[in-house]
Amino acid sequence: MSVIDIKNVSFAYDKQMILENINLRVEEKDFLAIIGPNGGGKSTLLKLILGILKPQKGSISVLGKSPSKSLTQIGYVPQNTNVNTDFPIKVIEVVMMGHVGGKRPLFGYGKDEVLCAMGALAQVGMENFAQTKIGALSGGQRQRVMIARALCAHPQILILDEPTSSIDITGQKEIYELIKTLNESITILVVSHDISVILEYANKAAHVNKGLSYHDISDKTRTFHTHGDEEHFCEIELLQMLGSESCDTCEPESTPKWRMRK
Amino acid sequence: MIEALQFEFMQHALLAGLLVSFAAGIIGSLIVVNRMVFLAGGIAHTSYGGIGLAVYLGLPIFLGASFFAVGAALLIAGLTLKKRHRMDTFIGLIWAVGMAIGVIFVDLTPGYNVDLMSYLFGSILAVSTEDLYFMGALLSLILLVVTFWYRDILAVSYDSEYAGLRGVNVRFFYTLILILSALTVVIAIKVVGLILVIAMLTIPVYIAEKLSNSLFSMMFLSGAIATLFTLTGLWFSYTYDLTSGASIIIVSAVSLGAFLLFHKGK
Repeated sequence: MSVIDIKNVSFAYDKQMILENINLRVEEKDFLAIIGPNGGGKSTLLKLILGILKPQKGSISVLGKSPSKSLTQIGYVPQNTNVNTDFPIKVIEVVMMGHVGGKRPLFGYGKDEVLCAMGALAQVGMENFAQTKIGALSGGQRQRVMIARALCAHPQILILDEPTSSIDITGQKEIYELIKTLNESITILVVSHDISVILEYANKAAHVNKGLSYHDISDKTRTFHTHGDEEHFCEIELLQMLGSESCDTCEPESTPKWRMRK
Repeated sequence: MIEALQFEFMQHALLAGLLVSFAAGIIGSLIVVNRMVFLAGGIAHTSYGGIGLAVYLGLPIFLGASFFAVGAALLIAGLTLKKRHRMDTFIGLIWAVGMAIGVIFVDLTPGYNVDLMSYLFGSILAVSTEDLYFMGALLSLILLVVTFWYRDILAVSYDSEYAGLRGVNVRFFYTLILILSALTVVIAIKVVGLILVIAMLTIPVYIAEKLSNSLFSMMFLSGAIATLFTLTGLWFSYTYDLTSGASIIIVSAVSLGAFLLFHKGK
């Protein structure tokens, strides 16, 4: 069964068409990278999957239900976790925001909720920072806390919007290694600009720019032209393959010889 | 100062200072973390329309001011939840129109029957027993709300989009915070006046924010700091025969300056 099934979806703000006739199927334990230019509709696509926005045309089902009904099974890590860093809030309190529904005590937080939040923090390696003020953390640490918050509800799908946009290179790699570990049990959707990094980890890629083109990239050596024996591939090739029009640095090849395996 | 305590008006002033300071500390914290300071200013000035109306109709001032302030809060909530990016325009509009309505109603009232200066700059030395009941009831309500809904208010204030995704009714809590702000502004008008009320809602909060690592501690620390400023200001006001509201604000501002110097030096 596919975890997310999007059929013929179109969405427009006022009269401006943002997404047109999108089709996408995400299978269980996929690691899907969503790439594309700014304003191409990536964030809109996420908001549709999360049920924040409703499509004008087409249907979206998440875990076999409508998006708003399966919200409890989706973990979401929003973009820009650097806003509101002055806010007086402890790491553990941020994580506990991830709890949803269920029994709750008359005031404050239940013991089980605290334990659960500590477990989520341990999963991302931040358990020693539970009582730290959120503003005192680095960008990478804060992003881990946001992932822990999303994990708090034990989601089956984890959606991350530009998870490394404000983090240094080493921090980025650590975040992706963490996401890769989580991918062993959870389906992952990541929106990113950082094509080369994300494609090292993803097994599927979708390019969103009003339309959506989709490709299985799990076998990189077969899919891409490789330089020597390295598992290295060219971003431009991928953009071409996914039908991007934004790549103007290279001529489209008439015969895709380079896609053949040596 | 000690001998002044035997006067009933002074006892009332101290009690009012304590009640209003705690309400202002708690609600001021919510206003600051939600970045609604300008909004609270708008509500404060709009309530002048209610004061004017109450004077004209011969109703209790608190009633008229509360009515207008809550009305303004609901209007702003309704407008800004739809068009958040136009929020500052709406607030500016409501701010001016509320004041204008107040001025017109006072003009229409025959005779010169109220000291309007006392609403602009506060009249903590003229707090009545009914005023104290009103203040006490509001502080109790605020305490009740922030105790039982702390986690929801925290979630909405910190990250409203995420709170919405987790099933928190963002619209409800946003409106609730605005209504409580409106009512707090109304009781704070009695202490420092509507022109100075913003300083009372923000200066203690600003200091407390630097010293707190949770919203809860920030709220109560703000309340304690505000109480300290109010009582010190009141003492200055009594000893040197100065306007009480202005004295409280000057004490707060000087303390803030000293705090910033000391805090930076650390």
